Amino acid sequence: MTGLVSAHSVVDPSPLTKRIAAIVVIAYALITLVPLLWIVMTGFKSPSDAIAYPPKLVAEPTLEGYCNLFTTRSRQAPEYMAKLPPASGLCDRISRDRNMVIAGPSNYIPRYVNSLVIAFGSTALSVVLGTLAAYAFSRFKVPLKDDLMFFILSTRMMPPIAVAIPIYLMYRELGLSDTKLGMILLYTSVNISLAVWLLKGFMDEIPREYEDAAMVDGYTRLQAFFKVVLPQATTGIVATAIFCLIFAWNEYAFAVLLTSGTAQTAPPFIPIIIGEGGQDWPAVAAGTTLFLIPIVVFTVLLRKHLLRGITFGAVRK
Amino acid sequence: MAETRLVNVSKSFGAKAAVRDLSLTIRDGELVVLLGPTGAGKTTTLRLVAGLETPDSGSVAIGGVDQINATPAARDVTFVFQQYSLYPHLSVYDNLAFPLRSPVRKTPEPEIKRIVGDVAAMLRIEDKLGNRATQLSGGQMQRVAIGRALVRRPAIALLDEPLSSLDAKLRSELRIELKRIQQDLGATMLYVTHDQIEAMTLANRIGVIDQGRLVQVGTPREVYEDPANTYVATRLGSPGINLLPRGLFPDLALPADVATIGARTEHMTVRRAGGGADARVKWIEHLGDQNHLHIMFNDQKIVSLVEPDTELKVGDSVAIEFTRPLLFDRAGQRVR
Repeated sequence: MTGLVSAHSVVDPSPLTKRIAAIVVIAYALITLVPLLWIVMTGFKSPSDAIAYPPKLVAEPTLEGYCNLFTTRSRQAPEYMAKLPPASGLCDRISRDRNMVIAGPSNYIPRYVNSLVIAFGSTALSVVLGTLAAYAFSRFKVPLKDDLMFFILSTRMMPPIAVAIPIYLMYRELGLSDTKLGMILLYTSVNISLAVWLLKGFMDEIPREYEDAAMVDGYTRLQAFFKVVLPQATTGIVATAIFCLIFAWNEYAFAVLLTSGTAQTAPPFIPIIIGEGGQDWPAVAAGTTLFLIPIVVFTVLLRKHLLRGITFGAVRK
Repeated sequence: MAETRLVNVSKSFGAKAAVRDLSLTIRDGELVVLLGPTGAGKTTTLRLVAGLETPDSGSVAIGGVDQINATPAARDVTFVFQQYSLYPHLSVYDNLAFPLRSPVRKTPEPEIKRIVGDVAAMLRIEDKLGNRATQLSGGQMQRVAIGRALVRRPAIALLDEPLSSLDAKLRSELRIELKRIQQDLGATMLYVTHDQIEAMTLANRIGVIDQGRLVQVGTPREVYEDPANTYVATRLGSPGINLLPRGLFPDLALPADVATIGARTEHMTVRRAGGGADARVKWIEHLGDQNHLHIMFNDQKIVSLVEPDTELKVGDSVAIEFTRPLLFDRAGQRVR
């Protein structure tokens, strides 16, 4: 027996294998993180450092990009500048060094809020509708079930942007152009097929016996759904929500096409932040950096569910 | 506690008849076992009593009250499933409390605490109440599930092969514990299994079911000693009954309509015989607790039990004598 114990286990990787795997993963992570790092660093560069050639790896950090992101500024004559009271605050000082005064806040925060409302709103709607539809498809005799499931999937068989023009015309007629509701509905309709298909898989994995048991235990089917099915579907619902949120949060093409003012989201807004003499790259980078935060926080908070969600069903419990 | 009565119940799924014209009464305090192979309609019968399925025809009454239009929640029944018997997202305590907290019962929390404490004591799992259900072993889960089903004092507890996913040792332990709990509580139970040992040891009465039909109902002894047909005879006994064509024994004086002789170990005497006999010992199988004697007789295999210290050896010629074997006609029905 003791002689066998020292033999290599077929299942458990050896320490050396683990170390090699770790090195590969870390190397891959570093490579993929370089563009992200570049964006974050650019956010703290001055406009001239940001576009310097050859590129500056190390530059003197400044918050100018962030100031420019949150404000609009106007250039003034030196005589006017001289007459102003002393600068109040960091951004004020940075602007005056460039002979500018802060005229007011930029649209970044409203656009960011739009993104939050639209992305989380459409995610919530997709997941709620997807969960109910998936449950029905999983448990009940729905007429033409397979055809309906195929139809739902077929909405994803072409890139959504292929139907941009009809949707644009439809939205104009319906008064949904440039409205948050319109964008929520649009992203929901794109995400719902993903949600239904993903969640149906999760629902199928939950044995019906639990609902039968709950119904014998004195609950109605609806109560059984909330008390027994939903808690067990949490992992699937969270995983689905993350996928839906990532799509809705990052969506660019429809946002450019259908929003321009009150309902504009951050993705079309960020790249067109104009500084003096063209694109204000540090401000764009700063806007991008801040834009990444919610999705990172959301995913990190729920990563346990996400991992289990992806590997769900792979292991027999 | 009350009597449960099924009268002429039938249920089909599409073209497949699961339960056909089944009538059965489970008396108050009685444990009835439905015995039959997979697909015989046992589980469907349980689900019909629970209200999880609606019969196509026939009636189900509990305590004299017709239940056909009652929801599962409204029927005073409990159900133990073969697997997935506990809610995995709840603690053991919450699992036991779950039916008590249901909208139809709305038991006050102090009362729930007392009842759950009692069950835990009965099942000797007081220290496990705070655990997640999934942290229990398979045997513990089924014990909790059975305790949970019985403690609510339902009119009838329905158990669908509750022990079949456990290993043999645990199964025999739980079998005894289940019987103890059932007798302590005087619980009425309808218990489904394909395991003849469970049926023989647990049941007050056994109902043998074949293709949705109840073939015979009786005490374990009755069903074993006095089977109505070859199907029932083959369901019970180990080694299984030997069904031998009458033509094999032309010398026996038997009623004219007998086509098959059914012989268990206790119906046969096997003696060593002279070289002229046709029956030979093929091999002796030592199973530990039993020793099976395999005999070939005119290409017909006969299995019997022998003592471990038998003098018979492989290749010996033997003579077989019957003592009151079970006789069956061409259709497999008993000839008495």
